[in-house]
Amino acid sequence: MKMTYRALLGASVAACLSGAALAETTITVATVNNGDMVRMQGLMDDFYAKHPDIKVEWVTLEENILRQNVTTDIATGGGQYDVITIGTYEVPIWAKQNWLESLNDLPADYDIDDLLPAIRGGLTVDGKLYASPFYGESSFLNYRKDLAEKAGITIPDAPTWDDIKAAAAAMTDKDAGIYGICLRGKAGWGENMAFLTTMANSYGARWFDENWQPQFDQPEWKAVMTDYVELLTKYGPPGASNNGYNENLTLSLQGKCAMRMDATVSAGALTDPAQSEFADKVGFALAPDAGLGKRANWLWAWSLAVPASSDAKEAAKTFINWATNKDYIALVASKEGWRNAPPGTRTSLYANPEYAALPFAKMTIDSINAADPTNPATKPVPYVGVQFVAIPEFAGLATSVGEVFSAALAGQKTVDEALAEAQTLAVDEMTAAGYIK
Amino acid sequence: MSTHSSRFAARLMVAPSVALLLIWMIVPLVMTIYYSFRLYRLVSPDRTGWTGFTNYTWFFKSSDFWLAMGNTLALVGGVLAITVVLGIAIALLIDQPVKGQGVLRILVIAPFFVMPPVAASILENLFMHPQNGLFAAVSIYFGSDPILYMQDYPMWSVIGIVSWEWLPFATLILLTSLQSMSSEQLEAAEMDGASALSRFRYIILPHMMRAITVVILIQTIFLLGIFGEIFTTTQGGPGSASTTLPYLIFKQAIVAKDIGRAAAGGIIAVVLANIVAIFLMRGIGKHLDA
Amino acid sequence: MARAVTPRRMILTTIAAWGVALVIAFPVIWMILTSFKTEASAVASPPELIGASWTVENYVEVWSRSDYPRFFWNSVVISVGSTLLGLAIAIPAAWSMAFVPGKKTKDLLMWMLSTKMMPAVGVLIPMYLLFQRLGLFDTKIGLVLALMLMNLPIIVWMLYTYFKEIPGEILEAARMDGAALWNEIVYVLTPMALPGIASTLLLNIILAWNEAFWTITLTTTKAAPLSAFIASFSAPQGLFYAKLSAASTMAIAPILILGWFSQKQLVRGLTFGAVK
Repeated sequence: MKMTYRALLGASVAACLSGAALAETTITVATVNNGDMVRMQGLMDDFYAKHPDIKVEWVTLEENILRQNVTTDIATGGGQYDVITIGTYEVPIWAKQNWLESLNDLPADYDIDDLLPAIRGGLTVDGKLYASPFYGESSFLNYRKDLAEKAGITIPDAPTWDDIKAAAAAMTDKDAGIYGICLRGKAGWGENMAFLTTMANSYGARWFDENWQPQFDQPEWKAVMTDYVELLTKYGPPGASNNGYNENLTLSLQGKCAMRMDATVSAGALTDPAQSEFADKVGFALAPDAGLGKRANWLWAWSLAVPASSDAKEAAKTFINWATNKDYIALVASKEGWRNAPPGTRTSLYANPEYAALPFAKMTIDSINAADPTNPATKPVPYVGVQFVAIPEFAGLATSVGEVFSAALAGQKTVDEALAEAQTLAVDEMTAAGYIK
Repeated sequence: MSTHSSRFAARLMVAPSVALLLIWMIVPLVMTIYYSFRLYRLVSPDRTGWTGFTNYTWFFKSSDFWLAMGNTLALVGGVLAITVVLGIAIALLIDQPVKGQGVLRILVIAPFFVMPPVAASILENLFMHPQNGLFAAVSIYFGSDPILYMQDYPMWSVIGIVSWEWLPFATLILLTSLQSMSSEQLEAAEMDGASALSRFRYIILPHMMRAITVVILIQTIFLLGIFGEIFTTTQGGPGSASTTLPYLIFKQAIVAKDIGRAAAGGIIAVVLANIVAIFLMRGIGKHLDA
Repeated sequence: MARAVTPRRMILTTIAAWGVALVIAFPVIWMILTSFKTEASAVASPPELIGASWTVENYVEVWSRSDYPRFFWNSVVISVGSTLLGLAIAIPAAWSMAFVPGKKTKDLLMWMLSTKMMPAVGVLIPMYLLFQRLGLFDTKIGLVLALMLMNLPIIVWMLYTYFKEIPGEILEAARMDGAALWNEIVYVLTPMALPGIASTLLLNIILAWNEAFWTITLTTTKAAPLSAFIASFSAPQGLFYAKLSAASTMAIAPILILGWFSQKQLVRGLTFGAVK
């Protein structure tokens, strides 16, 4: 005890001395308030011990507000942030605008070749890495094994949409507050449209044809929307049109969703007995397909990037290397267990036998590997991105379309009306933006 | 008392606030007008230029525009009606001599101290949520299905939340007005055998007219700009069922990052707000001898 | 309107008034209760009250996760600062409007109020750029200025209505005694209008404290007040009702306590000239 105290004292004296000797650099890190990022803030002692000359100021915000503040700052060259948290959608667009600093010169111990190829590809533009993934995710199915057993069904590891429909019908027990399937219904390009775009991919639908002509008037989209609305209306929780990621995760943790299609990253919470009393009853399966060769799973990575307007780029890169390095994953594992290690970024994590033993590890890596951003649909498309289209206009357009689709789910519009409206919206927007000549 | 010098001094003293407000109004307004004629999207900075009235026509052509206008009016009108009527009732009630008046009043004005985003997320999640909310539990207790507030009654839900936030403000002003009434008049009326209803109709209500006017005026100013509560709860949906004009602008500014359109929407909103203001002044201004 | 009432009537009105008051305040009370429950207990169905599992863990976690004192201090500086600055500018203006009214005084007041009708989101980018170029971004002084200007029309109007109730003869008398204009304001007018100034102060502190658009948009770390603190707790992953409630309680507690102690002042003074 005494020793520790003395060591601590020594360390802090050393920190003071070095702090005085080296000019301290302060970096401002803008981040989203999800569990992994909050965990990182609790582990900062490790960073300060290694880099006493860098002080980190956190700006932790809810996802939508974060995106709003960061985009405004970077587009106006504000220079408020030195490290920003952005996703796979923003990286290629922002990199093309020269808003981001390349991360190709991170030190060798960063081990860039250890990054999962699918994730790395999404963050690379013209051969340069522009953001370092903090965690990566795909989407898959989680379900309650006990309910499946009770209903006398088995859910295959690689189900089809027909399997899902049958399973949802078999497990729904609304009187007991058990809903067969929970899917995202809340409007937004990152909410219902993320899910619906992947579902569309598996149904053979696509956002645009090779000439950027919107495709909502095609029969494939009609099949997608008909099945989606039917699934949620018959077997989903009431009020599904207002349920996004958070709402559905909460319902799943409470055991109210027999099945849920959503981000692989929530597996950690779902299998954590401290958070859910159904933790030992959760099963996982790949996202379903319709026999056309594409599964309905997405690819996303929350990543750390350095804005070109930062005035502390070196310190920012030092921080990014610490936060997304293999050592950081090991640090989380040693303090909070492997379950809580940030998933989906590094090959070495999945090669680790301790991690591979977790019930969701294999399904997660298989899902991530199954996603192909450069070739998302069964038909050819002019864009990159699995659950999004990597063009600046997409966020606005997809949110408007998402609203129309959520109205269809709420029963305010028929599927045909919603699709016709979506088509008009998309044609107008793409014409205004100059894609359709 | 208006000598020449004091009038000059008076002008001098009004000057700072007028000048500041003028700058505060004109600088952003001019910038907004400028942007409203520009093609300017934050995330495609390479495509810029003058676009004439394209940004304005986008709003008028948008199918959501008129719906949003209607919703804006519904929000303002609904909240005003609820807060004024309930405010009068509550003010009449707590103006009576009752036990524990101090604590009672702090309870009544408690919602006023709650930040709007907190109010919205607490009411949405803890109360109106169809699975975890308290209202759902009450419905289930009485054997009926939980009401899907955000899905089936989005506009009413938003009006309810905003009304809860503003009820204390209305109640406070109306209560102050009640307290300033002379009791002789009421007592005289009571002796003459006037019923409680006619006392309210012919004595209390006319006395409160000025206070009601103030409540309507001030709340309208704040309510016309509300979007935070909508953003937190329904996100304008389902579909556009609870999209108001400020929220429509908010979406263009924040989600689509189309600064030109957002600016045009801002100008449209300013014009509309001023039209509303003129009608307000005409309609109820006579009660205000400001 | 104080009149003699029977004890029976008093009991009835007391019950009714308390019933109504509890219904109105119930969301706040329930939020505070929820903040002391475990997450599982917070969403239990049917809702738990007696049998709930109580804990202060949520507060511990919220406290350890963010620098609450800094957000709190920023909120105090911004709301009090903007209100005091607003009063300093508004008192002379309201004085002259009340005692030396011109033909256009009423129009001027209405114009001031109408400046508040500019929708915030429409001018987001212009304001953002302005703040950045002037070096006001993420500074307390920037937010003090912005919120002061936002609330200035309300402050002027409130003060004007209080000042107008002060009989002009008193000022005249002071002037006869040779008091200078400034002394007249400081020694004669202000003390008489003190209750009005106090409630103006309170109302504007509350309005500034609750402002949650510009305070989030125009700050990052140094000047971020409690509205930004709340934005870091809304909508995280998973079960979050109890922690959200705890963070919300921490954000509104200071202003709620202020309101508790100044309740009389608020009830008496919030007239906006509606009282004759």
